[in-house]
Amino acid sequence: MIEVENLTKHFGRKTAVDHLSFSVRKGEVLGFLGPNGAGKSTTMRMVTGFLPPTSGDAKLCGISVIDNPAEAKGKVGYLPESAPLYNDMTVTGFLKFCAEVRGLKGNTLKDAIERVINTCFLKSVAYQSIDTLSKGYRHRTCLAQALLHDPEVLILDEPTDGLDPNQKHEVRQLIKRLGETKAILFSTHILEEVEAACTRAVIVDRGKIVVDGTPAELIAKSGTGSLTDLFRQVTTLDTAA
Amino acid sequence: MSTWTIFKRELSSYFSHPIAYAVIVIFLLLSMIFAFTFGGFIDSRDASLTYSFFYFLPLVLMVLVPALGMRLISEELRSGTIELLGTMPLSMWSVIFGKFLAAAAVWVVAILLTFPIWISVNWFGDPDNLTIICGYISAFLVACTFLSITLFVSAFTRDQVVCLIISAFICIVLTLGTFDVFTRVYARAFNPEVASAISALGPWEHFMSLARGAFRLQDAVWFFSIIAASLFGTSAILSAKRA
Repeated sequence: MIEVENLTKHFGRKTAVDHLSFSVRKGEVLGFLGPNGAGKSTTMRMVTGFLPPTSGDAKLCGISVIDNPAEAKGKVGYLPESAPLYNDMTVTGFLKFCAEVRGLKGNTLKDAIERVINTCFLKSVAYQSIDTLSKGYRHRTCLAQALLHDPEVLILDEPTDGLDPNQKHEVRQLIKRLGETKAILFSTHILEEVEAACTRAVIVDRGKIVVDGTPAELIAKSGTGSLTDLFRQVTTLDTAA
Repeated sequence: MSTWTIFKRELSSYFSHPIAYAVIVIFLLLSMIFAFTFGGFIDSRDASLTYSFFYFLPLVLMVLVPALGMRLISEELRSGTIELLGTMPLSMWSVIFGKFLAAAAVWVVAILLTFPIWISVNWFGDPDNLTIICGYISAFLVACTFLSITLFVSAFTRDQVVCLIISAFICIVLTLGTFDVFTRVYARAFNPEVASAISALGPWEHFMSLARGAFRLQDAVWFFSIIAASLFGTSAILSAKRA
């Protein structure tokens, strides 16, 4: 469903993503791990068609993001890192706007909004203005936006960042449930999430994949039974030159 | 279709903020103050509105248009919503047109709300209403020109204040730099070709010609080339930002 081939991105002289290749199949949830600045968000922005890559390609359901961006973008739902929203709108108004941009109309549009409001537990704030929402609700509103068109591919950039433990649990369960029928790529800093929600995980460092495997394989590889140890072994500190 | 969706969202966003109301009220106050003081609306015994009312509008618009438009793209860049728009199946042109047309629609409202002055001249005198309509179209085109400049500047920065300062500066230089007082200075300092070339750069010549009821090709070219260049520039900056 997601096929990334030799994706590379340079910002000036800095290489943010360095010939990255991986794929995510239907029914798979791929955890995307790595220290800050490893190139996780940049990769996701390229796969979703927001940033044009310096070289390489990403295919969503077989459609190239480079050659056929409009069609490829229709296949994917994306939750950006900071969960950006239009603060002057209500939750329903925002979802309606996104659904219209996605080309949904009439009853399909109404049903889609009702479905995502239920999936993301937004019923109690559906008519509330977005600038009055707490961080958890903001995140879930942005996640709801990504689910509107029931995409085959979901790309979530730190979906549990800034949530309380209950909300984290809910979102993980949601990812797991959605992952049964979709291909999901999600990034996180929280290593326990890998075991809780992923079927497979990769660790990225300085734009390259350094570890790839199922959670069990990763734990075996660490030698100590702790993902944190493995993470610390294979990634470089940002203070290192 | 998606231009229409963006247009609707933008327009409702203007009217859910105090800024559109503030700009419209200030525009009405300033345009009336100019008409009743410098314009001599009462004493001039001129029912055409061209010199008593329309003449001063570029002076008001050069600051208020950037003030209304400063959030156009800056706000999307600041809040990160540009990333949502950029990953949805819509072209950047729909975003640019939708935003431009929504802000232009606010100016249609603002300019049309000066209608009491039009009713007054019809009540007291017998003006040429066709010329007045030309004046309104002309004022709207000046607003659109300044708006396109503001849109272009807003694509550079996520800071609304920086956008306001720079776009207002450009509009003020264009407007004041070719104001009557200065064009007379240029006429004395340079040869006539240079002087007329300088005044053709600013809005006055084109604005007043249309406001007097004369449609000239060079005026249409001035308005539409600045608007088109700014819109193309905006699209170029937005793509360059992502590369």
